[in-house]
Amino acid sequence: MKDIWFVMFAGGLITFGMRFSLIYLFGKFDIPETMRRALHYVPPAVFSAIIIPELLLSNDALDLSFANTRLLAGILAIVTAWYSRNTLFTILVGMAALFLLQWLGL
Amino acid sequence: MSELRRNFIEGLRAELPILIGVFPFGMIYGALAVNSGLSTTAAQMMSSIVFAGSAQFVTAQLVSEGAPAFVMILTIAVVNLRHMLYSASLAPYLKDLSLKWKVLLSYLLTDEAYAPSILYYEKEGLAKYKYWFLFGAGISLWLNWQVSTAIGVFLGASIPDDLSLDFALPLTFIAMIVPVMKKQPVIAAAVSAGLTALLAYSLPYKLGLILAALVGILVGMLLEQRESAKEKQ
Repeated sequence: MKDIWFVMFAGGLITFGMRFSLIYLFGKFDIPETMRRALHYVPPAVFSAIIIPELLLSNDALDLSFANTRLLAGILAIVTAWYSRNTLFTILVGMAALFLLQWLGL
Repeated sequence: MSELRRNFIEGLRAELPILIGVFPFGMIYGALAVNSGLSTTAAQMMSSIVFAGSAQFVTAQLVSEGAPAFVMILTIAVVNLRHMLYSASLAPYLKDLSLKWKVLLSYLLTDEAYAPSILYYEKEGLAKYKYWFLFGAGISLWLNWQVSTAIGVFLGASIPDDLSLDFALPLTFIAMIVPVMKKQPVIAAAVSAGLTALLAYSLPYKLGLILAALVGILVGMLLEQRESAKEKQ
């Protein structure tokens, strides 16, 4: 795979370019007010869009059954995050729940 | 303690639990990359040249499928599109920095550095040396990513893939984002984005994620507008 270095440098440059783009541009121009309000919703929208398919899909198909251990462990983690507001504790509870459910053979 | 050091340490502290979730993810990447036919050097270097977890996973996958170079580059670009949203969202807080700092912090701008930083900035507002928070979070994640990749590359095939360690990553995002779900427009943005992501999951190159993010942002804004219109009445 001799092309891989080309792929990595091009991909890396594009990735950096996108990360840098608006930090650079909005240093030169002011951010429009509408856009400023829109950006407030980036974290909940993006992270929810990452989380929800991880919990509800198994093998690329919707799985709402009790056999979906990731969904059960994820719901427990959501409740834990809401009440504890502690990142580490939430991760530990979620992982422990997943291991336990898998060990139980669900 | 100086403001600068305080912000740096706050960033490290906020990142620490995330590192625990990311570490196994880096190991799994390293193992997957060498198993899919990348040389150990290339597998390791991708973690600093591209430095973007999900894009690296997809690239390793495409290498094993023998995809052409332009497909891989295009895929990296689309999978990383969301970073433009992060860039825009952090821009107001980094506006007055020198070009050198903007370049450095942009390079370090990953999902896992962005999440705690934007939550911190939205809560604490703008002040001198606040960018050291992002630097602390970003640089610790970078080091963690390089080391975990190296261990994964070294262990290679001996890491069992049925351990479900990858689940730690969505858990870190749950831990970050659930506590800020307080106002109705924010909750609506999250729910609508999540549903869109489900419906659009089969779109190629993770385009569903971008679509979902845009739907979520739009729904959040519309609800916010409706609420403020009600308050005025």
